Amino acid sequence: MTPASWPCPLPAGGFVDEHALSFDRNRKTRLLIVPALFDEGNKLRRLTVETMRRLDSAGIDCILPDLPGCNESLQQLDRQVPTAWRSAMDAAAKQFRATHVLGIRGGCMFTPDGLPTWHYAPVKAASILRQMLRARILASREAGREESREDLAKRAREQGIELAGYPLSPEFWREFEPTIATDTARLIEQAEIGGSGLWLRAEPGEDPDQADALAAILTWGATE
Amino acid sequence: MQDDTDLLLRRILTDVLGLAQGQADTFDAETGLFGHLPELDSMAVAGLLTEIEDRLDIVIEDDEIDGEMLETFGGLLEFTKSKRAEA
Repeated sequence: MTPASWPCPLPAGGFVDEHALSFDRNRKTRLLIVPALFDEGNKLRRLTVETMRRLDSAGIDCILPDLPGCNESLQQLDRQVPTAWRSAMDAAAKQFRATHVLGIRGGCMFTPDGLPTWHYAPVKAASILRQMLRARILASREAGREESREDLAKRAREQGIELAGYPLSPEFWREFEPTIATDTARLIEQAEIGGSGLWLRAEPGEDPDQADALAAILTWGATE
Repeated sequence: MQDDTDLLLRRILTDVLGLAQGQADTFDAETGLFGHLPELDSMAVAGLLTEIEDRLDIVIEDDEIDGEMLETFGGLLEFTKSKRAEA
């Protein structure tokens, strides 16, 4: 496993280097993975990387790029919009010459078009935001402040908002909220993986059996 | 109809807390949750409530969420049962 960097297009023109984890040995089958978003990205990181290790052993190259403003990215999250994330993943697919794509949870909304694609347990943006708003309301209540979902959503649309430590611009919120993943990908449901989704965990965890199952589905599908 | 709320709630807590199979069977009404388990922060509780909504097919309003219902397994069970009775 090696760190890689790739030129990520900027909305205003030009490029900036972004980070990716890669198992790249110039093999024929090359899988681009679009990671889960926000808190779920942390909770699913181990499963994602463990799945990549198994794919590497099965002879498949795989690349896990950062979304701009997330993980190791030096860009500001509150300057991002979903369109830029989509362009970034398109650029990563071209740069790494991906032959296949896997989206995980919220990452399914940002998988590039035109390649054979899997979506693992896709979730829509509205559900992600609903849960982050609820966390914010609970945290505020604990601190003795009452906030309502309606007021927070209005403020998010007009001025932007910080949810669970993630600052989101009003432009991001307005574009992201109605987003859903396309339904042209091959769907991988949790029932096929077994156990319960690791994004549900209060603390990031891992499960070798789930990584085995996910890697087996991808290996079989990508090399058949 | 037999009430399976208790069983479903133990399963959800097993998934959210990453417990070993059977560990949630030892929970009783006084078992402490929010405020007792450091991993149950606001994000985790938000996830827990969303999962309860999805699996038990109920809707939990924000203003129904208070410290009492989240503090113990018994409190959460009572709340969930009453929500299912309304549904």
